[in-house]
Amino acid sequence: MDLSTLGPFLVGVITSGLVLGFVYAIIALGYTMVYGVLQLINFAHSEVFVTGAVVGFEIFRVLEPSPMNGYLKLLIALIAAMVASGMLNVIIERLAYRPLRNAPRLVPLITAIGVSLILQDVIRIIEGFQGRFDLTYKLPPAFNTNFCGADSSCEALGTALTKVGISLQIKEVIVVAVSLLSLALLNYLVNSTKLGRAIRAVAQDRVTAGLMGIDSNRIIALTFLIGGALGGISGVLFGMKFGTINAYSGFDPGIIAFTAAVLGGIGSIPGAVLGGLVLGVIQNLIGVTNVLGSILNIANLQAIDASYQRIGAFLVLVLILIFKPTGLLGRSNTEKV
Amino acid sequence: MTAIRPGSQPPTAAPDRTWWLIIVGIITSSLLMLTQEPTWRAALPGGIAKFLTNPLVGSLLLTLFLSNLLFAFRWKAAAWAKALVFFGSLFIILPWAGRDNTAIFDLAIQIGIFAALALGLNIVVGLAGLLDLGYIAFFAVGAYTWGIFGSGQFAKILGYFADNGGPVGGGLRYLLGGLLLTILGAVVMSIISKVKGKWNTGQRWANFLAIMGLVAGIIMSLRGVLILMSPQAQSLMSGVNPNFFWLFLVLALFAAASVGVIIGLPVLKLKGDYLAIITLGLGEVIRVLANNLSTYSNGSQGITPIVSPTVPFMNAIAGALGFSPDQYNLFFLYFLVIAIIAVIILANVRLDRSRIGRAWVAIREDEVAAQAMGVPLMQTKLIAFATGASFAGIMGVIFAAKQTFISPESFILTQSTSILSMVVLGGLGSIPGVILGAAIVTILNISLLPSLGEATAALKLPQQINPAQLQRLVFGTILVMMMLFRPEGMLPSARQQRLMHEDDDPSDNETPQDSLKHSAVEPAAEVYSPGTASIKDDQRTGGAR
Repeated sequence: MDLSTLGPFLVGVITSGLVLGFVYAIIALGYTMVYGVLQLINFAHSEVFVTGAVVGFEIFRVLEPSPMNGYLKLLIALIAAMVASGMLNVIIERLAYRPLRNAPRLVPLITAIGVSLILQDVIRIIEGFQGRFDLTYKLPPAFNTNFCGADSSCEALGTALTKVGISLQIKEVIVVAVSLLSLALLNYLVNSTKLGRAIRAVAQDRVTAGLMGIDSNRIIALTFLIGGALGGISGVLFGMKFGTINAYSGFDPGIIAFTAAVLGGIGSIPGAVLGGLVLGVIQNLIGVTNVLGSILNIANLQAIDASYQRIGAFLVLVLILIFKPTGLLGRSNTEKV
Repeated sequence: MTAIRPGSQPPTAAPDRTWWLIIVGIITSSLLMLTQEPTWRAALPGGIAKFLTNPLVGSLLLTLFLSNLLFAFRWKAAAWAKALVFFGSLFIILPWAGRDNTAIFDLAIQIGIFAALALGLNIVVGLAGLLDLGYIAFFAVGAYTWGIFGSGQFAKILGYFADNGGPVGGGLRYLLGGLLLTILGAVVMSIISKVKGKWNTGQRWANFLAIMGLVAGIIMSLRGVLILMSPQAQSLMSGVNPNFFWLFLVLALFAAASVGVIIGLPVLKLKGDYLAIITLGLGEVIRVLANNLSTYSNGSQGITPIVSPTVPFMNAIAGALGFSPDQYNLFFLYFLVIAIIAVIILANVRLDRSRIGRAWVAIREDEVAAQAMGVPLMQTKLIAFATGASFAGIMGVIFAAKQTFISPESFILTQSTSILSMVVLGGLGSIPGVILGAAIVTILNISLLPSLGEATAALKLPQQINPAQLQRLVFGTILVMMMLFRPEGMLPSARQQRLMHEDDDPSDNETPQDSLKHSAVEPAAEVYSPGTASIKDDQRTGGAR
């Protein structure tokens, strides 16, 4: 590869980084919403999200032989994952976090870590009974074809996009579309409904919200439901994007999504989205640093491979927390959700 | 506050259990020896022998035997009986059983190693209240310190520099340049640190650059040293002289403590949740680096064989007692671990009651109040981090010597959480509790769960749900159940017990379970409870103050 291909190459990397970033953004929203109301890092969110991914896998697996439209299957998978993850999150809150509402702060945090560990093994055991560990998504074949590829009605657009370096598969377009749709819905829910106002009130000050007649326990449970449902959506999207998941695969995206939430300013919805997109792009750029190294002919860069992606995310987290702990979009009195 | 609280010690004196202790000690010891000593086992009828040698039964009997030590420690009994059972079990029965079954030695050493790790983490989490989820990284630092030098790995590194480092004379230039950069960075840092009050952005960046300079300087000097040493590669093919082990115990202590300070400096400004996630991240970074910097750590293949020192008189004793030569090493390490644990416990007790120990507890309870009382926050937290890390560093060296093999796989996140569950299970801040927690979790991990796996092998379960792999479920359940029902742990320290039952006033007698019932009936009640109001605004942003 030489310098003339660098432009399209980078465009392609950034585009797929943005697709990944949307998945991170939706996961990050789950962290940020719970953090907003309880000031607790819900370590179990990564498993809530894996639960969604597993449910999505099961739906696609069961529906594989049926001649149903692929998009209908996707819809069923998304709804099932939302319900499962949302309910799971509510149950976790009810059993593990609510009894500890007034305990010292270290206590619910350790509980959250424990719940996360339990769920990892429970998911592994449930799938293990059927002799499975790595779950490979069985997507409708149409999803794996190129967006606006050959023989489609918008072939001209596809060729134009490929020329600038963007070549997306249908499933990646779906990831972005579903993410945008859920963001829009969440935005409406939080900013324009009575429930949203109650959530914001509880996030700002639980005691005063209680005095205003808001049942804070109910609102917190509903926030966990919404956060879990977002986790379910992101699980299915993650499974579609990466193809294979297992019980332990929540850890990495979980950490990165949490970093995204902090990067954008924890508690802020636009912040989580921005943070997710930035981290997605950074991660993809780290993943191709060795290719860049060979294009630019810098030997030291060639040694950096995809295993450094994690380190990249953590370094971003350290630097953000040291230099701008409120995050990119966070203000000291951020409107928390 | 004089009312007797639920869960605190009852006021009536416990009955004297001297003879119970002796009897239990004799019974459990003889049961253990029956399963291990071949001549005794041969005397048993076949059915009983078969039952006793079942892996699950054997593992349970071993657990029962080890609980002697706990009884000797806890029960009210005559001092001579306590000493007899405690030291008899530790120094006679256990090595005896270990002679017949090396796995018992192995388990005892592992318990010792993890007890030391848990004691170290206890200082960080239990006393100072800093949730560190990357604690295993310090263990890794210690293990790799001896692992690299106690094996052929160091010769490999020197060989690499002989091939790629340029002429030997160039090493001197690296060394001098590196030292210059180090001094420059240190000088700039010390000038900036004189600035009083909150730093502005420029000062932060200058400080950051100075730190980077310092790090680059140190790396350059080390490179210089390695290049200068590269001609010696041949003579170090099987590692340094094993007797340098003692030096490396000390070196690993300082190495781990320095890594603790290096990691601590940027992150200890953060609080609670943020600190947890960032230490988790940095712990993973160290593991990933160990995996990727294969020039130094041999990557995921790990380093082997790692030598351990030989002490002639220990070998002589072991030989006289009928140990086989391949057990000499474990025999020596077993007593070394006991000695080190004794020192660490002593250090912990002294620290707990010292000025710094009280400062740690003050920080844990309320940072702002502690600061107002004149506790230097950063310095005190750094000392906690470094002290905890140094214990892990020492044990890392012993771990490397015992396993003779280390790889990044030994230092995964699950290990950090298992050490955390030891501390939480035993009781945050309680020294005997933490040791008990370490023993229970280690036995579960190494002995009970695998033997459960063997016992259920006949059921032909799928490989994915083998009980031997249920560590996460077990640790997770321990963490959740302890936090929900007994957050002060199994053997709580007096201080922690009071803290966790702070709200147990007669007027507002709520345990966590009670408040659950309470809130289900009348949800609004919780809103007015004093606990909710105590969430401070400054805890929400969580960042640097």
